[in-house]
Amino acid sequence: MDDLIRATDRGLYCEAGGFYIDPWRPVDRAVITHAHADHARPGSKRYIASRAGERVLRHRLGDLSLETFDYGEPLDMGKVKVSLHPAGHLLGSSQVRVEHDGRVCVVTGDYKTDADPTCEPFELVPCDHLITECTFGLPIYRWPDPQKLFDDINAWWRGNVEAGKNSVIFAYALGKAQRVLAGLDPSIGPILAHGAVDGLTRAYRESGVDLPPTRHASAEAVKETKGSAMVIAPPSANGTAWMKKLRPCSTAMASGWMAVRGRRRFRSVDRGFVLSDHADWDGLHQTIRDTGAKRIGVTHGYVDAMSRFLNEQGVETHVVPTRFEGESDASDAERQESEPQ
Amino acid sequence: MKRFTRLFLELDASTGTLDKVDALKRYFREAPPEDAAWALAVLSGNKLMRAINSRRLRQWASEESGLPPWLISECYGVVGDLSETLALVLPKPQADASDEPLHRVVTQRLLPLEHMSESQQRASVTDSWRQFNRDQRFLFHKLLSATFRVGVSAKLVSRALAEVAEIDPAVMAHRLMGAWRPTADNYRALLASENDADRRNQPYPFYLASPIAEAPDGGPAGLGDADGWAFEWKWDGIRAQLIRRDGEVFIWSRGEELVTHTFPEIAAAAGQLGRDVVLDGEVLAWEDGRPLPFSLLQRRLNRKRVEMSLFPEAPIAMVVYDLLEWEGRDVRGEAIEQRWAMLEEATAGETLLIPSERVSVSNWDEAQSLVAGARDRGVEGLMVKRLGSAYGVGRKRGDWWKWKVDPLSVDAVMVQAQTGSGKRAGLFTDYTFGVWDNGELVPVAKAYSGLTHEEIEQVDRWVRNNTVQRHGPVRAVRPELVFELHFEAIAASKRHKSGIAVRFPRMARWRRDKPIQEADTLESMKAMLARYGR
Repeated sequence: MDDLIRATDRGLYCEAGGFYIDPWRPVDRAVITHAHADHARPGSKRYIASRAGERVLRHRLGDLSLETFDYGEPLDMGKVKVSLHPAGHLLGSSQVRVEHDGRVCVVTGDYKTDADPTCEPFELVPCDHLITECTFGLPIYRWPDPQKLFDDINAWWRGNVEAGKNSVIFAYALGKAQRVLAGLDPSIGPILAHGAVDGLTRAYRESGVDLPPTRHASAEAVKETKGSAMVIAPPSANGTAWMKKLRPCSTAMASGWMAVRGRRRFRSVDRGFVLSDHADWDGLHQTIRDTGAKRIGVTHGYVDAMSRFLNEQGVETHVVPTRFEGESDASDAERQESEPQ
Repeated sequence: MKRFTRLFLELDASTGTLDKVDALKRYFREAPPEDAAWALAVLSGNKLMRAINSRRLRQWASEESGLPPWLISECYGVVGDLSETLALVLPKPQADASDEPLHRVVTQRLLPLEHMSESQQRASVTDSWRQFNRDQRFLFHKLLSATFRVGVSAKLVSRALAEVAEIDPAVMAHRLMGAWRPTADNYRALLASENDADRRNQPYPFYLASPIAEAPDGGPAGLGDADGWAFEWKWDGIRAQLIRRDGEVFIWSRGEELVTHTFPEIAAAAGQLGRDVVLDGEVLAWEDGRPLPFSLLQRRLNRKRVEMSLFPEAPIAMVVYDLLEWEGRDVRGEAIEQRWAMLEEATAGETLLIPSERVSVSNWDEAQSLVAGARDRGVEGLMVKRLGSAYGVGRKRGDWWKWKVDPLSVDAVMVQAQTGSGKRAGLFTDYTFGVWDNGELVPVAKAYSGLTHEEIEQVDRWVRNNTVQRHGPVRAVRPELVFELHFEAIAASKRHKSGIAVRFPRMARWRRDKPIQEADTLESMKAMLARYGR
């Protein structure tokens, strides 16, 4: 039997429904799982996405023909029934469920199973065919408890305040930055947001997400808060002239890649906090098991290792090619946009 | 183990020198001497034991975690460090951090492993895994393996200890050199204000020259009049310190390794000297008063013990350029001219211990042209030493400068890439380069240094998207990227398909402007070989 959804040179395609999911070239109808640049590309005629993520998506792609739907709300497209379900990756991120003739295929998009106060939690959607991301599909990636991690971040901040230093935490501007912000304890000191983070944080607040207060990291704000501020900035800001006015400061990066010591040292940051918006090894396998899917497609990341491992476990698995290799930090594509102050 | 783990995490977290020294000082002040002794031993890079077979460790980790061995190898390819890989893939630790003291971990868990059967080893190692948390497991693996590197140099450790002991850093550096047994008593002696420990074979810290480009004003002009300086050839050999005390001879390499048995001819010659001395110089492959290619010397370096008859084709000598000790007296504080006079006297009539010839230079332009012609003489350039100066410690800038000939250079095409290790783990950082030969790219060099972080990340992404073939960790890539490679020397080689081997190749520039057709050819490199191949 043919798969409902298959890989094409423009991205994942559902022929029976006449739409693409996260296409990387312009198409007629694009279902978008979330607003990161490697998933939401400009130029398509019509877009479909979750209501929860509308503001963020518009912030990213500007004026576009966009229809939004609530999570779980059914819509008919061609011969198939489509619905969006929370993926827990960031605000408005969706899994795409496609049903045809009693068969169900789910495309996870990027997802995580850990708790995140800035978006709806991941929903397990039973299916026959699951196409899952596996950005962190190796057993070296197993996330610590997020609460413990935020305790560590706040303790680091507190220590820096005592030493009279600013704290600069690098986090992808969309999603990670807001999740970090939500976990900060604002009683420790003032929180500043780099320009690239500031606008998206506003889009989060306008979408109804409750976040601690922040100030734009202007020259003036930096001067006034010297020695006690927590500054949230995109990774691309590291090593730029902008950083100079924040000195003295301690630097950190919040990313799943920080699980590996070498990556932390390569980034030349003082601290690496293992905080990811993707599922870890255990999260991926639990999801694969719990959906009950008989056929698994793996995409974005360590696809060779994942498919070999699953096949050896007796789970029929195939690789779904993608133009973006999730194996690099570019999976969140934030690095491509080094928005200056 | 808790305190040592905290030290490790602090060293690992801080990028600043001051923070590292502070963390070390705190540790050495607080730790009991029996623990501090072992910590010092491993931080200075001493090997505790013969490493446990890493294949076995992987096997046991595979059994403990239920993950197939190939998957652990895959993970290792990403992490680039086996100790860390195993710590990450093992089942999540049940226990909190273990507070077993470091010396007990070493003496009761690590050292006994050497005398155990494989099944006893397995039981002991898996028991340790259960006792330790993830960071401690990582450190445990590091201690099990031959090398322990935590991004802190021996110099920083020595500086921190000197500050704890409140003694001169140079004295501490000297005390730490050479073989040292990690006992509480030795540790206490190390920190004592006076130390009568046996210094029979202890070398002095080497004084290191700085590149002349780092001189004031970025070149020789900043050094004032050339008359104030002495000039010697810069030899391309193995830096060594030759110690003769009470007639006994020790040869130390700059890596603080005893290499006496690697150079038996030199040791024998030193034994024949009329008096005790300590000499600083360079071991070279040498014949008829001039150096032979470095590659000839290289062949004996990895052997512990060398039979003299083994290498008749590679005669050696030590070119000596300084004298640090004269009949038991430390003369490093005396002027270089006096040390030379003693050097001449000590080595008079010796054929294997050759004082480095002083090159006559009257001005910087003349020096410049001597440097330019260095390759034809089989040397790397000139050493520039301040007249009247004492023998320094470490890389203290100011009195010794090295002025190297410009490197050789070719434009070559990247043909393969491999992930790095340590700091560069999981990134494609090690590349193989080819030049054209009859329409084909023939590999001529491997290089991994010279790019910025930004460039490395770009190349990494490019490699992932332009792989044409995978052979294990190596990826053959589409020929597209051209780099300007620099290297110090070129030699004929039977081991390489191209017939050429280059020394110290590195990437000088990413030539984004060059199409691959314009890269260099094997023919042009062969011409280079004929001209400079010695």
